[in-house]
Amino acid sequence: MAGGAFRGGIHPPDHKGATSGSPIERAPLPDRLTVPMSQHLGAPCVPLVAKGDRVERGQLIGEIDALISAPVHAPASGEVVAIVSALTPAGIRAPCVVIEPEAGQDRDAYIPIRPEHEGAGPSARAAGLVGLGGAAFPAAVKLVPSKHTPIDTVILNGCECEPFLTCDHRVMLESPDRVIAGALHIARAVGATRTVVAVEDNKPDAIEALRAAAPDGVEVLTVRTRYPQGAEKQLIFAVTGRVVPGGKLPATIGCLVHNVQTAAALADAIETGLPLIERVVTVSGAVARPGNFRVAIGTPVSSLLALAGGLTPDAVRVIAGGPMTAQPLGDLDVPVVKGMSGVVALTADEAAPIVDSDQPCIRCGRCVEACPMVLHPYAIANYADRRMWDGCERFFALDCIECGCCSYVCPTRRPLLQLVRTGKGALMAKGVRR
Amino acid sequence: MESKVKVAPASLPPVAGVRQVAAGPHIAGAPSGRRIMLLVVGALTPAALWSVWCLGLPAVVVYVCCIVASVGTEFAWNALLHRPQTVMDGSALLTGVLLAMCMPPMTPWWICMVAGIVAIGLAKMLFGGLGYNLFNPALVGRAVALLSWLGVMGELKPYAGGWLVAVQNVPATGKFDAINGATRLAIAAADRAAGGAYHFDLAAQYPALLFRNLAGSVGEVSAALLIAGGLFLIVVKVVDWRIPLGYIGTVAVLSWAFGSDPVFNVLAGGVVLGAFFMATDYVTSPITKNGRLVFGVGCGLFNIVTRFYGPMPETTTFAILFMNGLAPIIDRMFMPHPFGWVKPVKEAKAHA
Repeated sequence: MAGGAFRGGIHPPDHKGATSGSPIERAPLPDRLTVPMSQHLGAPCVPLVAKGDRVERGQLIGEIDALISAPVHAPASGEVVAIVSALTPAGIRAPCVVIEPEAGQDRDAYIPIRPEHEGAGPSARAAGLVGLGGAAFPAAVKLVPSKHTPIDTVILNGCECEPFLTCDHRVMLESPDRVIAGALHIARAVGATRTVVAVEDNKPDAIEALRAAAPDGVEVLTVRTRYPQGAEKQLIFAVTGRVVPGGKLPATIGCLVHNVQTAAALADAIETGLPLIERVVTVSGAVARPGNFRVAIGTPVSSLLALAGGLTPDAVRVIAGGPMTAQPLGDLDVPVVKGMSGVVALTADEAAPIVDSDQPCIRCGRCVEACPMVLHPYAIANYADRRMWDGCERFFALDCIECGCCSYVCPTRRPLLQLVRTGKGALMAKGVRR
Repeated sequence: MESKVKVAPASLPPVAGVRQVAAGPHIAGAPSGRRIMLLVVGALTPAALWSVWCLGLPAVVVYVCCIVASVGTEFAWNALLHRPQTVMDGSALLTGVLLAMCMPPMTPWWICMVAGIVAIGLAKMLFGGLGYNLFNPALVGRAVALLSWLGVMGELKPYAGGWLVAVQNVPATGKFDAINGATRLAIAAADRAAGGAYHFDLAAQYPALLFRNLAGSVGEVSAALLIAGGLFLIVVKVVDWRIPLGYIGTVAVLSWAFGSDPVFNVLAGGVVLGAFFMATDYVTSPITKNGRLVFGVGCGLFNIVTRFYGPMPETTTFAILFMNGLAPIIDRMFMPHPFGWVKPVKEAKAHA
């Protein structure tokens, strides 16, 4: 059953050509790795090592006994030189284990994970796996089968609809077997009858590679290239035609979505016991040598940028991820974390203009037209601007998926997404639930 | 835990420099507000230039006075109230051009100035400036001028001169030697009121209305150029086709139903200018797509009913102003439900 095209959305220039042809390179280890204990949504980990300890690559260094969390492993062998509170890409300070990697170490040796039980869920938990598409939600939580909400369809998200990013594209192209293996592990874990890898139609080579690697029973589905095609609800609609009810999880309609890189990492964790200590990051935009790099978690963004030849003089803004949803980086020494899909440097021409005064809404309706959730962003923003939270609620602020399409199309450059977020935050603080 | 260990910088530090830290999204992809305003002005320019060519000096006076009064009022308002200056957003310029285009060519300069001051001062800035006005500023300006000086505006309406005629006639008496005639629409209305046949063949008026109509407002000289400008705005996605289509479609269908010539009724009396450039004003029209269609149909309905059964035939101004007032209510009628919205009643049943 094929689904539909979601309403709204945008089609920004994709800028993917700079790196889509660049094979994944393994980044050298930096002088120091700063490994945050909180790289995921949920409870931060507690460091299990102390200053002066020697750690092996893959050794567990942070953990906490909480359902929604993901343990942290040493990305390289070396000495723990400090445990500090340092800035993370999310813009908050978190406890970090600082490791000085040993020179000349074998970068393929590691201590394999020891999951408590067999299966995808426990392995994902033990490997510290989180959603690698950007949200960094602990993967294990979604891999536990539930009797109340049986899953019949597993969808691997290979859309990569954000401009600039090509890391998922390269992983699908270079390791399609790992992606497919991960898909089968996930499908087996939740008992799904349909397994789909969904890829936007702007990546025909990846689609071909996946089709060649896919056994019977795994569909490789081409979906329309349009932002935000990779948003969970929009992707489920595109693949199955089902609509996730507002405020509900995809599981309520029998769907489970994982990112393709997450699936590949899951296959590694299950089959070889490799924990999540490296990930593929696209470095693109205003850098001398854009590319895709397999980077040890904890590598400073600055060394990654140096590896990409450094920023070009016209770079004005550096962001961690795709330009629609990324966090801006004020400090380039923050570490690469599990959820960081890219480091993009934007020039003054590319970066959204910074408006210094409050601009009025001219009611042109572009945000209404672009909203993939069929909301009225201008109205929510106007209410949020006046701190009229009940108005935000009446206009369904809590249904916003924060894709940023409204801000992207606003002619007067109103900070619509930020205002809607403010409204959402206030409603959630009041205890309003969708 | 809080030891101040600075993370070592990378061996190859990237280029340092001033960097922006701003909230996402980090790219923008829409034309700016000013660009949109200037596109609309640009779409009006061919029709405006042609009207100046055909009508001569009086049209220049109308354009200059309306634009100066509109832009000047916005500038002065902001300056006097110590507000951020907004004249550069182009909206006051657009209001000035639109206001000029709906004034009769022989309008005295001071009426134009008053209309411009009223348009911007009363209809726009008093409401809070761009984005906050309920009614189309240019149309409010015209409505106030028309109702305040009905005799002057009505008498001066038609003008059949050119550059030379105007220049020759101005100095001697200080009075314009206007041709004492009426617009085609007014003649047709008078004929209908008398219950007799039309004085002229309505279909024979198409070429004049399309290309060189000197009996009407400044902007009505060439309906063809206005249509071309309007279609341009639709193609570049500045204007939603629903309002012009709903408006013009309704005018055509209704005038046909009332037994008149649909094409004549579309081309005469400012419907084209109103449908493409006035009713489509973002601020004063509905924001929902269905709402826009309803808004256009409403404008056409009001326009034609008052044209055929009202005291005067040229009611585009009032049709659009009336619908401006209804726009918020229309929007409320067409509130869409979000993707994934579930009827609350249904949900309650499922829980029971």
